[in-house]
Amino acid sequence: MAAEAKIDPMQQFQIMPIGSDQLVATPFQFTNSALWMLIVFAAILVFMWGGNRRQLVPGRWQVAVEGMTGFLDNITRTSIGPEGRKYLPWVFTAFVFILFSNWIGAMPFGIVPGLHPFTVTSQFSVTLFMSLLSFAIVLGVGFWKHGLHFFSLFVPHGAPLPVKFFVAPIEFISFMVRPFSLGLRPFIAMFAGHVLLDVFGNFVVQGLNAGGPLGYAISMLCFVAVIGVSALELLVGAIQAYVFALLTALYINDAVNLH
Amino acid sequence: MDLASAQVIGAGLAAIGAGAAAAGVGNVFGSFLQGALRNPSAAAGQTTTLYIGFAAAELLGLMSFATAMIILYAR
Repeated sequence: MAAEAKIDPMQQFQIMPIGSDQLVATPFQFTNSALWMLIVFAAILVFMWGGNRRQLVPGRWQVAVEGMTGFLDNITRTSIGPEGRKYLPWVFTAFVFILFSNWIGAMPFGIVPGLHPFTVTSQFSVTLFMSLLSFAIVLGVGFWKHGLHFFSLFVPHGAPLPVKFFVAPIEFISFMVRPFSLGLRPFIAMFAGHVLLDVFGNFVVQGLNAGGPLGYAISMLCFVAVIGVSALELLVGAIQAYVFALLTALYINDAVNLH
Repeated sequence: MDLASAQVIGAGLAAIGAGAAAAGVGNVFGSFLQGALRNPSAAAGQTTTLYIGFAAAELLGLMSFATAMIILYAR
């Protein structure tokens, strides 16, 4: 019988330095977040290099890489237009990074004792930084291409003057909220999914500890639920990466084409 | 009522929004399917719009979750 198995779903999001158990107030510490960011980076490098063979008849790996690049090229071209190619590098980077860190964080590495997987995108600082970068690109491109004329983005075309007067502040607020909503989305999706997994995983263990037919039944049920939620988590990770890339492309489109 | 129980009740109330967002997201996909089954040839071009609608509806549910977490774990 386990004594007082307390559910603490927040513990998995703690940032801890590797090799010690205390965060010290120095700016340079190699934390688990940094480690898993490097692992994600290595996985992306292996994936891209492995598929970069340029064969005339592509193998499976090359098809995967080419499919991904073609998919993102398609997003930028359809939502920004012919000059969307210029913005493909950032959209591609954001998509691949979010996708790989979502999926690597959802992998069951925890079955190896002592290995605690960490989802990089479950920290708001990471996703907020990415969305602020998108926002900075939008502002930079908008002011570079259109100068102060960029502010006409907030004013609807062809509306009567009183309507313009009301709509412009609302448009401005919705524009300024964009980086937060954009960064919040992948962060909370990962955060909520991992909390859910942790809670169901705890139910499995507590059901086994309680014993009896009812305990085992609940444990079995929650185990099935964990499998289902894990599958859902993979889907949500892909959708969130897609939504981030898509919305970034749409926001850049606003700056490039001004309505 | 002490602070701890008020926090738990408030977090539970904030989580209602997740159910409302579920209805919203279901409505987005359901309406898309309704339209797509009537005119399947036009459906492929509208997936972008579908996911924009999905993202907008889902964000509010995620925010209700964030609110619940902030209420529950704020000191």
